[in-house]
Parts: sequence; structure tokens; C-alpha cells
Amino acid sequence: MRKMFAVIGITMLLLCSASAAFAAASIKIGGLFAVTGPASFLGEPEKNTLELLVKEANAKGGINGSKIELFIYDTGGDATKAVQLANKLIKNDKVVAIVGPSTTGESMAVIPVVEKEQIPLISCAAGIKITDPVKKWVFKTPANDHVAAEKILIQAEKLKQKNIALITVSDSFGSSGREQLKQMAAKRGFKIVADEVYSPKDSDMTPQLTKIKAAKPDAIICWGTNPGPAIITRNLQQLGIKTQVYQSHGVASKKYIELATPQAAEGIMLPAGKLAVFDLLKPTDPQAKLLKDYNTDYKKSYGVEASTFGGYAYDGFQLIAAAIKKGAVTPAQIRDGIEKNGRMVGVSGIFKMSPTDHNGLDLGAFEMVRIVKGDWVIVK
Amino acid sequence: MELLNQVTQFVISGLATGSIYALIGLSFAIIFNSTGIINFAQGEFVMLGGVLTIFSLNVLHLPLLAAIVVAVAVTTIIGLLFERLAIRPLKNATPLMLIIITIGASILIRGLVMLLWGKDTQALPAFSGTDPISIAGATLLPQHLWIFGVTVLVIIGCRLFFNHTISGKAMRACSFNRRAANLVGISVGRMVLFSFVISAAVGSLAGVIIAPLTMTAYDVGVMLGLKGFCAAIMGGMGSGLGTVLGGLILGTLESLGAGLISSGYKDAIAFFILLLILFIRPQGLFKKGETERV
Repeated sequence: MRKMFAVIGITMLLLCSASAAFAAASIKIGGLFAVTGPASFLGEPEKNTLELLVKEANAKGGINGSKIELFIYDTGGDATKAVQLANKLIKNDKVVAIVGPSTTGESMAVIPVVEKEQIPLISCAAGIKITDPVKKWVFKTPANDHVAAEKILIQAEKLKQKNIALITVSDSFGSSGREQLKQMAAKRGFKIVADEVYSPKDSDMTPQLTKIKAAKPDAIICWGTNPGPAIITRNLQQLGIKTQVYQSHGVASKKYIELATPQAAEGIMLPAGKLAVFDLLKPTDPQAKLLKDYNTDYKKSYGVEASTFGGYAYDGFQLIAAAIKKGAVTPAQIRDGIEKNGRMVGVSGIFKMSPTDHNGLDLGAFEMVRIVKGDWVIVK
Repeated sequence: MELLNQVTQFVISGLATGSIYALIGLSFAIIFNSTGIINFAQGEFVMLGGVLTIFSLNVLHLPLLAAIVVAVAVTTIIGLLFERLAIRPLKNATPLMLIIITIGASILIRGLVMLLWGKDTQALPAFSGTDPISIAGATLLPQHLWIFGVTVLVIIGCRLFFNHTISGKAMRACSFNRRAANLVGISVGRMVLFSFVISAAVGSLAGVIIAPLTMTAYDVGVMLGLKGFCAAIMGGMGSGLGTVLGGLILGTLESLGAGLISSGYKDAIAFFILLLILFIRPQGLFKKGETERV
């Protein structure tokens, strides 16, 4: 099946480059995703989503009558390769905008290129550095990590938990989360009684958790992506630790509950992107319909549930499409269009881009959920 | 009292992780002893054990025991094919070339598994429940007992095989002196094949019994292989108790280091010990020095 996709993908690319000579009025959009390599869990759904959206848009006759031509390259999660491919997209393929890259490291490496060449980039990575400070040509669609961290701490405040313990993964996602949590915890008057880390490939975290247990925290905050947090959840059960646990948005998928087992995950709270809980949202929620449609379409095309990560590319494409719909043609016009887009309902939240905010998401991007009997329940 | 309980927990966790390293270390040592090469695809055998069990269980709907047998058997066949197709055809290859071939094979196996079964992490259900067992203020899971049990059985099995069977003795003969072994009529080629088969079987068995605890994915073999390799080095690449002790010591030190010093330096502690041993006692912790070692 995957092989077939690969063959189809290559054929499509060939067709694209062959037809480029004929279709002069088409809009060329580039995509840079880590489809293979360690960050492939990000890049694959992002690539799939972008292809799906372009196919849909072209089936409807394109945007404002012009077809979209898509150029997607696989960076393998490698920053050097990402820079080369970004140059290729801009100079050879002559794209007017780029969606991606998937990771913060790659995005930071590509930023100087797009700033110099003046091509709008919509990053699919979460690192706060990408749009803070604001760079003229750079936007990003995932909510900043600190929004999720703040959401957790607000919940802990509500439950009057004062002493918190951290256990974070030692990769870029974990260390960014750890920094944000420590900063914000200090500001909000929390006391951090334990600050442990684990490496992404660790298979047993009982030593760290034993140490945390001895520090007697009111709450434990874990920051990582699968499988680490799932192993920690099982280790907590093994050690009989009953303290309230918060996970990050990095594990907001059913896969986490499955890996951790529903019994061990019972009662854990985490901030989830709305896509993970779209069927629990009130029908009046402005995102409810969009999320449902996206999930249905994605499932129809690829046979699996849509993921939050694919949503980053979804929002990136919608931002570009909205600008083009309003008449933007050149890269500069598209950039201005994205910045002046106003309120836009997306997968990751409701965007309000402005010259001072190139992310445009706030606390509303996440819902606090609790795991009850192997399913999500929205915390009121 | 509090600290004592904590240390007990660190030691028990460490021993559990350590026996996993020991099992993988053993399978490294088996191949090294009859061929003089270090098989860097060993971690992939471990991964295959876990992944194939989950595949047999979830897709072929076999019962757990049958799934394990299928997984170990298939991995063993892969080990056999690997030796036949990649190691055997190179008649006059140096050990270094063979080691590089094993690295290539590990990348190939990992890539194929990723393409066939995807990149998701998966978990195997525990063999006998997940109710923690409490010992002296520390806890461990029934699955840990399985790991201890299988490790002990494998050690006993290796002992019996290498000391009391003709094939085992022949394999040891190859490890001492291939040429002399050949001269007395031992088919060295067949012994090399045997060593790959046994080590694939032991590696995949390790992969199966740890999958309920550590979960498995196409890329778990890398780190486990590296840690198993450390254990084997600590034990001086012997296929006996030395490697097992090496694994247990490594696991315990890692866990104590993470618990008492800093969890940020957990892996650093393990690799620091490895370097120390390579510098001070390259023949391993428990072996007497040898005059010649190639």
C-alpha cells in the first residue's frame, strides 16, 4: 500500500514537472516535510493532508480559476537537506509560498533562506523561536508550547496543587516544554519539587519516578511524545503513585491510552488540540464542523484517523488559499494577505494573524481533557 | 528508611533492565566467539522478536504462545538467511568488512520493518497480568519475573550447549583457533551458521519478553543493541556468566545513577563506565588477561 503511494507520488511529481510547461497560469506551492526519519510521525500526515487539500481544490477548478501545482520534498528531518530543498523549491520550482518544515530545527535553518528570497513560509513546527521575535516572511500554525503549559498550570491552580514535579524527555520538544513550564511555574507561584528527565529511547523510568515519589508533589507534569509518556504511565501504576498526573499535548491521541493501558491512564489530564476531541465538542463550537469534515476526508483517503500534525499543514494551506482568493498572486501579496487575513477557523484553533503575531493562536487552541475509562472527557 | 526503600527500588529496577541487557549481550557474545565479528544487526533481531509477535497476535490472530514461537522461528530463519546471503559469500573478508556488512543489514531490516508495519509504537499484553508485586518496599511487575526466568534459562541452556554437546564444543573450538578447528575436521562454516541461528533465536526471545514492558517499534533495536553490546564488553565478550554480570551491573549502575545523581546523565553514566572498562580492563571485568587478543 505504502509502495503504491510512493509510486503514485513519484508519478505525480513527474506529471507535475512535465505539465509545468503547459499550465502557465497555475499557482505553485511548495511543501517541505520530514516524511521519513525520526520525525516522520509529523511529516507523513502533513504531506498527506497537503496533497489531499490540493487535490480537492483542483477538483473544484482551483482557486479563482487557477490550478494549484504542488511540489513536496522529503527532508528526512535533516536541517541541511531542508535548506537545500528550500532553495530548490524557490529557484527551480519557483513556488510562491512554502508549507513546512515539520521540525523546529529545520524551520530555524530555512528561515534565513526565505527571508533573503522573500518567499512566505508557514512552518508546521511548534518551537516558540520560529515566530518570536516576528520575522517578516515566517508564519507558523501549531500553537506555541507555552500555551499548552499555561493550560496545565491554570488547571493545577484550580485544583490548588502547589508543589509540582516535572519529568520531561531530553529532546527538543521536552526541553522546550521544561523551560516554559519552569518559567511559568515560577511566575504563577508554584514550587517545583522535582525536575527529572529521561531520554527518548529509555525503556524504564521507575528510578526517576521513585525520586519524584519521595519529593511528595501535589501533581506530576510529564512532557514528551510516545512511547515515553506511556511507559511512565505504566511505571506510575507499578510504583503505586496516585498523584494527579498531567501529560502534554504531545500524546493527545488514542494511541497513548492504548499503549499506556486504560487502567493505568485513568484520571490523567492533558491539554488536547481540538481535533483529538472533535466528537465531544458542542455543535455550536466554531471548529466542530471543520474538524469533522477534515477527519472524514482524511480517513476516506488514507484509511486512518487524521492527526493534529496533519492539521498544521491544513491550516498552512488554508492561510495561503485565503490570501490567493482575495487576489494575491506574488509572494509579497500572499505574505501581506496572510498577515491581514483576520479571523480564520482552522484545525489547530482560531487564527488571528497580525503584524505582531505570526502564529495567531491563544489558549482556546486546547481543551483540557481527562482520561476516563479509556476515553476523553472534557474538563469543565 | 525512606532512602533505603528508594535504593531498593533503584536496584530492583536496575536488575530488571540489566537482565534485558544481559540477554542481548549474550547473543552478541555467541556470534563473536565463533566468528570474531560483532553483529551490529543484533538489536534488529531483538526488535523483530517483538514486532513479529505483535503481528502474529494481532493480524494472524494466533494465541500468545504460538505467536511467540512463530516470531522466534521467523527471526531465526532471518538470522540464517543473513549468514547465508551476506556473510558466507565473502570468503576472505576481514572482520571489519563483516562488521560493516552487519551495520548495513541492520539498516535494511529496520527500513523493511518500517515499510511493512509502519512507524507506530506498539505494545504486547503482559504475559501474566500487571498487578505489581511488592518486595521490601519496592515494586516490580510479573513481567520482570518472566525476564529473570528466561535469562536464567538461557544462561543454563548456553552452559549446557557449549560445555556438553559436540556442536557447542566445536563452536568453542572455532573461537579459540579456527584453523586448528578446521584441521581436526570441524566445519567452521557450519559453526558460524549455527552461531547466527542461536544468536538470532536468543535475541528475538529477548525482544518478545521485553515487548510488554518497553513496547516495540521498528527502531527500538538501536539503543537496546548498544546497551547489550556494553554488557558484552563488560563481560569480556564471553558467552557465560561474565556477560550476564556485565548486563546486571550496567543496569543497576544506570538506575542508581539516574536515581541518586541525575537522570539527565543516565546514558552518559553507562557509556562512561564502558569507556573506563575499555581503557583499564579491555579483556572484560572478570577475565584474566590474555597474552594475545586479536
